[in-house]
Amino acid sequence: MNMITTGRRAYLRLLFCFALVCFALTSTAAFSQSGGELRFCLRSEPKTFDPLLVDDDSSLSIRYLTGGVLVRANRKTQDLEPELAESWKVSKDGKQITFKLRRGVTFSDGSPFSSEDVAFTMQRLMDPALHSSTGDAFRSGSGAVSTKIIAPDQIAIIFPAPLAGLERLFDQVAIMSAHSPKKEAAVLGPFLVAEYKAGSSVLLRRNPNYWKKDSQGHRLPYLDSIRLDIQSNRDVEMLRFKRGELDLINVLDSDYFDRLAASSPGLAHDAGASLDSDFMWFNLVASAPIPEYKRAWFRSANFRRAISQAINRDDLSRVVFNSHAQPAVGPVSPANKFWFNSKLKAESYRPDAALKRLQTDGFHLQNGALFDKGGNAVEFSIVTNAGNKPRERMAVMVQEDLGKLGIKVNVVTLDFPSLIERISQKFNYEAAMLGFRNVDLDPNGQMNIWLSSAEDHAWNPQQKSPETAWEAEIDRLMRAQASTADPKKRKENFDRVQEMVAEQTPFIYLVNQNALSAVSSAVGGANPGILSPQTFWNAERLTVNASTRASR
Amino acid sequence: MNAARKLASVVVVAACAVSLGANWLAPTGYAKQFREVPNAPPSHQHPLGTDEVGRDRFARVLYGTRISLLLAPAAALVSTVLAALVGGLAGYLGGIWLRLARGFTDLFLSLPWLFLLITVRALLPLNVSPLVSVLITFLILGLLGWAASARVLSTSADALRNSDFVLQARASGLHGPRLFLVHVLPNLKPVLYAQFWISIPVFILSEANLGILGLGVAEPLPSWGSLLRELEGLISFREEPWRLVPLLLLIVVLTSFQLLLSNEEVTA
Repeated sequence: MNMITTGRRAYLRLLFCFALVCFALTSTAAFSQSGGELRFCLRSEPKTFDPLLVDDDSSLSIRYLTGGVLVRANRKTQDLEPELAESWKVSKDGKQITFKLRRGVTFSDGSPFSSEDVAFTMQRLMDPALHSSTGDAFRSGSGAVSTKIIAPDQIAIIFPAPLAGLERLFDQVAIMSAHSPKKEAAVLGPFLVAEYKAGSSVLLRRNPNYWKKDSQGHRLPYLDSIRLDIQSNRDVEMLRFKRGELDLINVLDSDYFDRLAASSPGLAHDAGASLDSDFMWFNLVASAPIPEYKRAWFRSANFRRAISQAINRDDLSRVVFNSHAQPAVGPVSPANKFWFNSKLKAESYRPDAALKRLQTDGFHLQNGALFDKGGNAVEFSIVTNAGNKPRERMAVMVQEDLGKLGIKVNVVTLDFPSLIERISQKFNYEAAMLGFRNVDLDPNGQMNIWLSSAEDHAWNPQQKSPETAWEAEIDRLMRAQASTADPKKRKENFDRVQEMVAEQTPFIYLVNQNALSAVSSAVGGANPGILSPQTFWNAERLTVNASTRASR
Repeated sequence: MNAARKLASVVVVAACAVSLGANWLAPTGYAKQFREVPNAPPSHQHPLGTDEVGRDRFARVLYGTRISLLLAPAAALVSTVLAALVGGLAGYLGGIWLRLARGFTDLFLSLPWLFLLITVRALLPLNVSPLVSVLITFLILGLLGWAASARVLSTSADALRNSDFVLQARASGLHGPRLFLVHVLPNLKPVLYAQFWISIPVFILSEANLGILGLGVAEPLPSWGSLLRELEGLISFREEPWRLVPLLLLIVVLTSFQLLLSNEEVTA
């Protein structure tokens, strides 16, 4: 009996020890993920480390990794999530937002975070002398933006006029310390800039005071450091990734993607249609040095719509992007879940309908060539930037598609400065093909394109007053959506803008490229999405397994 | 003529002949897009496969060779004539004319060529057909490429000016254009030929450089430059070796020109 009891006790002890070992192993599982260095490339030198002056992709990446924000748009769900602010409330008139801040948070240098820092950041951001493009998004009307510190953990920010989608704008505002002598080097984000070698690399190290913890109570981020090599050559970037020297490629061309998918299928990620779009447009500027009869073609919505119908977007997506693109519908990609007008469909390829539409405007075919009612052969040039191979290929395919309608298209590739000079200053061009890299989900991010007075109103910029009734209507709708805080009303107005753009076709939208990226098998926790930064939006939860990297 | 030069002549003549027969050898043409088979490997229908938008690469190589081989010599002719006018005359006249011409050619040679070409290309009218654009591209190359040849010619003409037979001709009462045309120019011929042959591969490569930047011959017309652009991003030669054909052709033809050129230089 005793022996049995002793044996049972010994067995129970053994079981207990085994359970303890198991517990220890599982509890350290998260820590075994901790540590390591993530490596990827910036494609250009960061122009600034001041989070309020950021304007280029590389600086944006660094700001994303180092800056602490009050609210963050989840790059996967597109929902707004609390960060340094536990909660927020926008006033009914849309002029004031009140934040309740998280307590016990400190900057990387140990200085405490409070509403004073938010007030300091907003005052600096809105200082006209700073010329901050992030600040420009907050300028709702004449008058100053003011802040009211209600408590150390509560602050109200008051704007002179209603600002639509106000809370989302704070996703871009990295809070700076009001008191730290380190200025922008004191950060609230998961990483801090530890070393910068101009032209070579930026080293980010874990912020020891980062406030966020995972569900098991472990302090984030898991990574020790991130090494960002400055490398503009994409061939070199891909070679280094294949060799295992890099862990991520944030944006990948379709050619590279397919090659990688063929050799290492698990490393290439296609997250579906992105927010980016490629499109072409005709020059509608009244003073442009182009013949009057051509101006008349370009100004006809029928002509523009016919050209749109004569372009085979399915072929563009399949041939140019190896099916890693979707035919574009309009100014909003279907990937933008809330703002996309789901009633609209991409223009389908209908050359017969296009020809009929042209015939209603007096165009006619003669010996395979298209002529207008004045007897002028229909011929125009499309300018695009040299060196962008997908765009050059698209232009060549559009050339052939329109050739089937008897239209002669001359494709002209120009170096980028010459192209910009022609399309924005001299207006000495007929049609152009370019693309938008859209990072903002909100239609306010497109105000600079749709307002007829705007500089980026590409087909006819900086109009003193709208030259056409439809442009006046788009102006009205865009201003209306921007001046109300009611999302439903905003959506109605912007849906109508999208419908008008489809009817008038000032831009002939071609494709939305897919968000393609590459993630090494050594990286854990990656979940590439369509919104920038595609691969490292959850950098604080990424891990790197050095042994997996070494075995690649 | 040794065996290597004979082989080089055969290669150049064969390349010219095949490219001139492109219409018969590749009846599908260089522009037709077979969109169902982009980036296809070699097949019976497409001996060198298809390019990114499904155009027959064999046809494009033939037509591209025709353009580069016909227009590069034309551009070389333009530049050699200009070099003869500037360098030859300055050398013959001597004195301040020679110093001025040398200063001008030195200045011209010091210009950043590639940027100059890009600027001139950007200033051209947009609505020109691909054929006109290719003519303009090579004309620009010809008009901008005379300086190096002019420097060589001015030195040769300067040497001729002080030669015994020219002095004797002068002493016999021969002056001005007649002396230049009858005694100086015929003696410059070997140098002119050499400069002409040297310029051909230079212009082929210049067009290829412009093509690689996307600023060469307008689409859909092919040239060696635009064909070489396809090699951008080619990580492994083993993946699609047929894409190397334009590069190999360029190397073979340029080497042949160099072999022929060395013969001309010996003559010069």
